Amino acid sequence: MTERNHEMREQMNIVVVGHVDHGKSTVIGRLLADTRSLPQGKLARVRAMCERNARPFEYAFLLDALKDEQAQGITIDTARCFFKSLKRDYIILDAPGHIEFLKNMVTGAARAEAALLVIDAKEGVRENSRRHGYLLSMLGIRQIVVLVNKMDLIGFDLSGFERIRLQYTEFLETIGLHPLGFIPVAARDGVNLVNRAEWYDGMTALEFLDSFSKEAEKEDQPFRFAVQDVYKFTEEGDDRRILAGSIETGSIATGDAVVFYPSGKKSAIRSIESFNRAPSCTASAGQAIGFTLAEELYFRPGELMCRAAESPPIVGSRLRVHMFWLGKTPMITGKRYKLKLATARVPVYLAEVHRVLDASDLKEEKEKNELERHDVGECILETMKPVAFDLCANNPGTGRFVVVDNYEIAGGGIILEALSQEQLLVKEHVAQREASWESGSIPLSSRESLNGHKSKFVLITGPSGEFVRSAGKLLEKRLFEAGFSAYYLGVSNMDKGIGSDVADAFDRREETIRRLGELARIMTDSGAIFITAMPDADRHELKMLRELVLPQEILTIRVGKGVLGDEGEDLKLNVADPAEASSEAENQLRREEILPEFTI
Amino acid sequence: MDTLDRLEARSIYILREAYREFSNLCMLWSIGKDSTVLLWLARRAFFGHVPFSLLHIDTHFKIPEMIQYRDRMAREWKLNMVYGENDEAISCRKTFPDGHADRITCCRSLKSEALRRTLSGEWPRYRMDHASGEYVRELNRKPYTGVIVGVRADEEGSRSKERYFSSRDKDHEWDIADQPPELWNQFKTDFAPGTHVRVHPLLDWTELNIWEYIEREGIAVVPLYFNQGNGKRYRSLGCFPCTHPVDSDARTVRDIIEELRTGKFANIAERSGRAQDREDGGGLETLRREGYM
Repeated sequence: MTERNHEMREQMNIVVVGHVDHGKSTVIGRLLADTRSLPQGKLARVRAMCERNARPFEYAFLLDALKDEQAQGITIDTARCFFKSLKRDYIILDAPGHIEFLKNMVTGAARAEAALLVIDAKEGVRENSRRHGYLLSMLGIRQIVVLVNKMDLIGFDLSGFERIRLQYTEFLETIGLHPLGFIPVAARDGVNLVNRAEWYDGMTALEFLDSFSKEAEKEDQPFRFAVQDVYKFTEEGDDRRILAGSIETGSIATGDAVVFYPSGKKSAIRSIESFNRAPSCTASAGQAIGFTLAEELYFRPGELMCRAAESPPIVGSRLRVHMFWLGKTPMITGKRYKLKLATARVPVYLAEVHRVLDASDLKEEKEKNELERHDVGECILETMKPVAFDLCANNPGTGRFVVVDNYEIAGGGIILEALSQEQLLVKEHVAQREASWESGSIPLSSRESLNGHKSKFVLITGPSGEFVRSAGKLLEKRLFEAGFSAYYLGVSNMDKGIGSDVADAFDRREETIRRLGELARIMTDSGAIFITAMPDADRHELKMLRELVLPQEILTIRVGKGVLGDEGEDLKLNVADPAEASSEAENQLRREEILPEFTI
Repeated sequence: MDTLDRLEARSIYILREAYREFSNLCMLWSIGKDSTVLLWLARRAFFGHVPFSLLHIDTHFKIPEMIQYRDRMAREWKLNMVYGENDEAISCRKTFPDGHADRITCCRSLKSEALRRTLSGEWPRYRMDHASGEYVRELNRKPYTGVIVGVRADEEGSRSKERYFSSRDKDHEWDIADQPPELWNQFKTDFAPGTHVRVHPLLDWTELNIWEYIEREGIAVVPLYFNQGNGKRYRSLGCFPCTHPVDSDARTVRDIIEELRTGKFANIAERSGRAQDREDGGGLETLRREGYM
């Protein structure tokens, strides 16, 4: 890297929010004009356009570069504009106040490091003054100044300003938000934004902004690296297998032992990879970088890599969260959504709604079991598979999430607490399923005595797909030839049939597991020994199958040659070939008295 | 980390998200400084590789040095270089320089339409064959579902409304009023069949950031950006009939940075040399809604 350019200026993203028509766009237009940040001729062009259209000039028009926006007179999207102070450059993300555009406001605010909250001095605190304050706190913005605008409309009456200050402060405190200041302004005339009025001795809006600090990279927190992808580009003889991603917090060095969550796999850092940079043996928060590992592991993107020596993240599937919903249709229980948390994507359900807050006056609305559009609430989410995370209070980057509904990001939130795994939805589901199970006229025990063996679900897993499938088929053959009722299911058959609707879905794997568990429940009820083979099933998947097949039982067997790993299987077989594996599996079934000890 | 480090890290994150989520991805390379920075960022993101096609829409009115530079870089970096064009409009001379169309119509036909039909695979694509160094017609007609584009929010009004990941329907229409939210590091990476997504890793960069980064990384850009002795340079590149050089003494990247920071261009819009912006009421909105980059 060439030497650092010391003249380079600092940049800060800010957002201007507030109720519709309280003057956000005017504040922005005026900030641009008064800091002389407009391109030459722009002001004149907008003035000329207003003249042509016989409309009085307004600073807000500067932003309204789009035609239909000017026609409607409301800001519809997060426009960006740039202005400079002596201290730094600012990017303003204009966040619309109209409720219909809440998702645009959220988009702007989620990217901001500081916020100006605008309240009309005459209208006072309105619904979106509250809602926006609430969302700012959830989005993690702490540097906030409140502009009480249009002071000219109340004749610059400072007691009116005080009244609003007290009322709004009281509200913000209930949601744990503490603005750093309140300023009486008249944006239209540029009062107290950049230039201070004679009657005012406090800080101007610009002085407040300049007093805010840039959030530094969090290098002293535990190391968190969400694996975004695993690359193996083979062009020109490149044989590196690189884990790519961005370091959320902490730092790491080559040789450090690392653990991956939720899988629990372990390795160590072999090298730190970066194109066109001198080799380095350390990396830290903020960097978009790559690593190679001492021992190559197989896993899918989405794992969280952490340093073994530091405090681990939480791995769980039941989360108490604070969230908001922007979707066109409500978020309901029983529907499968996609959760995106750091780089993980997992299926998720809304398990319970604890309370929904009515943002207009923040009254608690109980008796609700869904989140409607624009609702903000506290609820319990449950993922179909455990995810790795931190509580948002400890590490925002790994403690917040979005929920995707029908291709769109429809909600987002922060994790408040990890809940016990005792009351998982899958357990509830199995209990309900069993309570209403309709049996035929032949009890399972009669089938078992006719068959001369008990029923069982046998899952064979291991690192090699070919090996596990071959072992499964040989086991089926051995049992069949011994006169037992055994059936082998090739999992890939599910893709074209029972799982064809999820063949291309992001959660195909989780859904395959779930459907396989339900199938196993049925197949074992028929008295059969139901065998299947699935490479690289992890401990969470095995646990899920164990739950789903209840009240019947599963036997999980890990097979392969050499070093095997451990995902908590019932039996691990380090064997030379699939035939040996199948014979050992048969022995195990005899030991467990699934098969009679001696066969005639 | 300084401003450039942060901008770079975010752009790399976005590029990797795009590569992870879209199976048929390409990057538009206009040969200009922004998309050349984007190409460099891709090499940073993918450890020296560029694992997708680079697409150039050739209007045949580009300044000749641009095409020479494109092919030189494509050979040097072994890029998956692809170009497309509106063959019919060019051969029938239905263009502004030929006097048979106004500027907007010409842009629409030589750029927007050519782009749309090249992305969809309806019109031929030509790919550089590195064995011969020549372009050959490509047989693969699969549509691109993800398109990485180097637009910046500070360029002009409509671009300031973009998301990092922005979906377009099958006619490439952009519904500005109804864009999905983007939160933190989470973008719209799920899309319905028949739609495609434009990815904008440079959205937060300014013109000055671009030049500072070019200087820091030592990226080679087309010499047209520099005064070669006649007191003129291009600040923004496009087709020669509609793009005019500006008066400038800047001969080096450093000179350009100084010029943008404190000099004569500190308060003049970058696209002031682009004539098509001034038709259509002073915005590119009409063109952009229809798919213009």
